[in-house]
Amino acid sequence: MTIASRLGWIVLALIGAGALAVIATARGEAISAIWIVVAAVSVYLIAYRFYALYLAKVVVGIDPARPTPAARHPDGLDFVPTDRRVLFGHHFAAIAGAGPLVGPVLAAQMGYLPGMLWLLAGVVLAGAVQDFMVLFLSMRRDGRSLGELIRMEMGAVPGTIALFGAFMIMVIILAVLSLIVVRALADSPWGMFTVAATIPLALFMGAYTRWIRPGRIGEVSLLGLVGLILAIVYGQDIAASATWAPWFTYTPVQLCWILIGYGAIASLLPVWLLLAPRDYLSTFLKIGAIAALAIGIVIVAPPMRMPALTRFVDGSGPVWSGSLFPFLFITIACGAVSGFHALIASGTTPKLIASEGDARFIGYGAMLMESFVAIMALVGASIIDPGIYFAMNSPAAIVGTDPASAAAAVTAMGFPITADTIAATATDVGETTIISRAGGAPTLAVGMAHIFSNLIGGRAMMAFWYHFAILFEALFILTAVDAGTRAGRFMLQDLIGLAVPGFRNATSLVPGLVGTALCVAAWGFFLYQGVTDPLGGVNTLWPLFGISNQMLAAVALVLATVVLFRMKRERYAWVTILPASWLVLCTVMASLMKLFSTDPRVGFLAHASRFSEAAARGEVLAPAKSLGEMGRVVMNDRIDAALCALFLGVVVSIIGYGIRTCLIARRLDGPSASEIPALAVAAE
Amino acid sequence: MSVAGLWHGLAATGRLMVGVPSYRTYVEHMAATHPDQPVMSEAAFFRNRQEARYGGRNGGRCC
Repeated sequence: MTIASRLGWIVLALIGAGALAVIATARGEAISAIWIVVAAVSVYLIAYRFYALYLAKVVVGIDPARPTPAARHPDGLDFVPTDRRVLFGHHFAAIAGAGPLVGPVLAAQMGYLPGMLWLLAGVVLAGAVQDFMVLFLSMRRDGRSLGELIRMEMGAVPGTIALFGAFMIMVIILAVLSLIVVRALADSPWGMFTVAATIPLALFMGAYTRWIRPGRIGEVSLLGLVGLILAIVYGQDIAASATWAPWFTYTPVQLCWILIGYGAIASLLPVWLLLAPRDYLSTFLKIGAIAALAIGIVIVAPPMRMPALTRFVDGSGPVWSGSLFPFLFITIACGAVSGFHALIASGTTPKLIASEGDARFIGYGAMLMESFVAIMALVGASIIDPGIYFAMNSPAAIVGTDPASAAAAVTAMGFPITADTIAATATDVGETTIISRAGGAPTLAVGMAHIFSNLIGGRAMMAFWYHFAILFEALFILTAVDAGTRAGRFMLQDLIGLAVPGFRNATSLVPGLVGTALCVAAWGFFLYQGVTDPLGGVNTLWPLFGISNQMLAAVALVLATVVLFRMKRERYAWVTILPASWLVLCTVMASLMKLFSTDPRVGFLAHASRFSEAAARGEVLAPAKSLGEMGRVVMNDRIDAALCALFLGVVVSIIGYGIRTCLIARRLDGPSASEIPALAVAAE
Repeated sequence: MSVAGLWHGLAATGRLMVGVPSYRTYVEHMAATHPDQPVMSEAAFFRNRQEARYGGRNGGRCC
């Protein structure tokens, strides 16, 4: 390191420390969002320059001379040595989805500080470490998938357990993402019209890339973008029209069934017709919106109106229940650490990497970028009036359904707001109501509309930007539902194929239909349960999602630990043991509380017994309207509890297998990891 | 970097984001290592990559 670069890093460290000091010492006064951004970026740069380099050089011993899978057997298709910047884009687009946008918004009920600190510490020590390690493992093993890696290094049984765990996570992700769409589009003809318009638009784009101009992705995406903007503009007229608005106005339960039907049909259509073209739109819109949000926050520099800490750190918050530890670390999954990334980092990326030396930039760097997206989402939720935030995110059971009741309830929470302000905000964003639009997406859309309208168009454009933000989130959630149902179907076929070998066949009709039906039924069940839940559903489903996602991360980190032991590098294994232990602690605590807490707001079983006891006395508790509905509430609680116990079983058994494999590896004299040797001849 | 180079890089990034690698690299690879085998047309290459990204077992997308 030269003197100049040493000085540069010292200055950067001082800037980061200064920004954190501003955040730490500002109490009771609103600080500018810029300080959050500066602190975050400084932390990322320092972590990337020092910790990630330590991981790459010392912990795993990256060897740029060692051929990667793409160098060993390039085929121009799946295995292509790719420029690191191009591959960074590919990897980032694959890992960044709705998760980092939703979790931080929900976590903002405790104030912005806890979420921000966990996002920064979590990504540096856990999330980016996991992504980098899995990418490294897969890269040294011909780009194999997570399930295969676990099977290779730990054995067949843990491999199957992990595959099963991954399927259940997929189911919960699809349910919770669909629930967010339902909450955003319910009784919103404008939003519904724009999202519905993307279907014919995508069909047109599919036909265009199939027959008219094959492969012209940029061209067709521009045409699609024009279509999207027209859809948003005309959506306003549709919403205002007495003839058309009823056609696009649906209750949450209706939307739930529409989505289930959509998921089933869309995942059976040819991919080029609907899925691929909508993926183009959602991917480019996502990248564009993220870039615009970053520019917007820096230029507008809005003040953070949410307090740094709210009184809801004690666990009494209306958005989700549970105390800061362990539930904050469950609520913010993506952005800090996301187990799902282990599937991506062992997917297409390791097959495209040109040199081992690029693994730090792509594995660790892209995750830092995702964390930054999460920080921006946290900013987006914290710059709006906290009263509006709580009116939007509290369930109807607490705030009622009209501005007067919501204003009274939210003011009583300690966030003074008037009914007029709530009504005016709804009018500004072009909706009839904004109350109880839980799930994060609508809140973030208000925040984004606030920032964008400050840049372009002022208050008159606010409704446009709000629906733009809703469309942008709904679009990639729908793409995820479609792609996820397909992926889930194949996972299921593989799992059933372990018992009935003929089921694995990807092309035959019956296993495909059965797999799709089972997959849609599985996520549809949880979606319906969430939609009919009086507490908004997010309260139940999001913790299940967080627990499962963090547990998969723990599984991936256990795998990385096992491999470090098998490489005889166990003296460095603390880099994965430390975050794995923290994740296990949080998820095990959270799932035990979800199972056994005596507070019916937190514990599934406590809630179930409250309802079943009341039913035994012949009482009907709100929101149930009949004894039959009471029975369903109890049933749902028990299924959620069983799922929680199942996730617990998955992680505990993987830890057991992990420790066993580490102990065996320690007794051996030499390395036993099944890497492809450095000098292996290209297997053409 | 030149403007044309920058544009080329951005286009390649955008295409790989949706799973389409460089057609030219594919053609060069085929010419260099498998001159005896048939080479897919650009349209066929595009369809092949679409099917590989969305139709197969690696359709996973993140949350």
